[in-house]
Amino acid sequence: MNEFLVAYGIPLAIIVAQSLALIVAILLVTAYVLLADRKVWAAVQLRRGPNVVGAFGLLQSFADLLKFVFKEIVVPAGANKGVFLIAPLVTVTLALSGWAVIPLDAKMVISDINVGILYIFAISSLGVYGVIMAGWASNSKYPFISALRAAAQMVSYEVSIGFVIVCVLMTAGSLNLSDIVEAQKTIWYFIPHLPMFAIFFISALAETNRPPFDLVEAESELVAGFMVEYSSTAYMMFMLGEYVSILLMCAMTTILFLGGWLPPIDIAPFNMVPGVVWFLLKLFLVFFMFAMVKAFVPRYRYDQLMRLGWKVFLPFSLFWVVLTAGVLVGFDLV
Amino acid sequence: MIATAIAFYLFAAITVASGFMVIAARNPVHSVLFLILAFFNAAALFVLMGAEFLALILVIVYVGAVAVLFLFVVMMLDVDFSELREGFLQYLPVGALVGIILLIELLLVLGSWLISPEAVGVAAAPTPAIADVDNTRALGRIVYTQYVYLFQAAGMILLVAMIGAIVLTLRHKPNVKRQVIRDQVARTREQAVENRKVEPGQGL
Repeated sequence: MNEFLVAYGIPLAIIVAQSLALIVAILLVTAYVLLADRKVWAAVQLRRGPNVVGAFGLLQSFADLLKFVFKEIVVPAGANKGVFLIAPLVTVTLALSGWAVIPLDAKMVISDINVGILYIFAISSLGVYGVIMAGWASNSKYPFISALRAAAQMVSYEVSIGFVIVCVLMTAGSLNLSDIVEAQKTIWYFIPHLPMFAIFFISALAETNRPPFDLVEAESELVAGFMVEYSSTAYMMFMLGEYVSILLMCAMTTILFLGGWLPPIDIAPFNMVPGVVWFLLKLFLVFFMFAMVKAFVPRYRYDQLMRLGWKVFLPFSLFWVVLTAGVLVGFDLV
Repeated sequence: MIATAIAFYLFAAITVASGFMVIAARNPVHSVLFLILAFFNAAALFVLMGAEFLALILVIVYVGAVAVLFLFVVMMLDVDFSELREGFLQYLPVGALVGIILLIELLLVLGSWLISPEAVGVAAAPTPAIADVDNTRALGRIVYTQYVYLFQAAGMILLVAMIGAIVLTLRHKPNVKRQVIRDQVARTREQAVENRKVEPGQGL
């Protein structure tokens, strides 16, 4: 029994401790990223944004958290209760579990699996279930229409994200996220793969239902999307899941195209800074772009969204896959 | 070893239980959700066998795409399950026949794999150690060299199915107004806006 504990208990305890530390860190970052999102949005519209709770509104997210937690969860009478309550849990769990394979620095990753990039792709493609289940279980018209829209949208943009990932992993020659970052020592991939970088960024906006692709919760036509019937903690979990998966997408962009934890130039003052700092700086830069897009791009029409995904991004990224493969084989770079 | 065994029995039990619930659940949407759970646990079993690539492809393709469409259709069609249950005995012989044929075919495949000399030769081919190549690489090496024609044939079959589905559903009705993005983008201010001077009391 003692050996069993040593063989399994200690590694398990270490993994649990690491995961808890990461989750707490992510939740803290999410709280401030949410605030930053609102502040950027406000600044673009010449408003002040949240500035009452704490200095400069720094505690706003925590005040919101308390407010949500202390309200009552209302389950609609005709709702399918089990599915209704599981849906927000699914959203949050999936969004958080994607972070298990994200390398924050060299060797600083909970699970350095061989197929890390596929894992994240799989997890983000599962995110659609939270939305569909919520929309269906609410037993209400607007959430249902919104859930159908969301499912179609997320499945469509996954295809082009898949091809973008194929391009990057062909160039890096590995499915492991740490290897992909290491392969960018010579050049960050957003330079040779610039069109793919753009496609990935736009698809990430669509995949996470961010404006200008937030047709899922278009308030002018669908009240508030698939979470209309949700209140208090359940609603908060959707919000949380949404922002955590946005952060996950920012981290993916950083790792695939912006060199992860690598410094911009590998010389003295830059490479003294720990990799985590570079990683976070890049992540916040990408998030700033997300926030700016939200502030100044008008919402797409649904048919335009579908056209962009299937008729523009899909053929182009397919072409780019062939081109990348051709260049890699032709110049003997494999 | 014990931990692996525990994990195996856990995942296998959940797979079987959710497989049973797929046919036992009252609500068709619940059936699909249990099907997804079954897929997911099957993927976990793949991971336990060290086939992480197959596991994740299973999740991406079946859970992430196919099952979503399944759920879509089941949610949109208002299936009346009590009506379906009434016809249960009527369809039982046909269903049982299909099931038995599938079972026999599976047994044939498995049996010939164990008995036929060619298959034994293939099975005895040296498998590279996991330390040398990860299983993505190993799979790629076999699929794109030895089995490339079969792989291409599978691709062709899927392509034919896809084109068939499009041909069956694509209809251009003559009196339906379609949105042509090219025309919308090419539209200029002169074509769209007209500035008229309106006299008071006259109207247009």
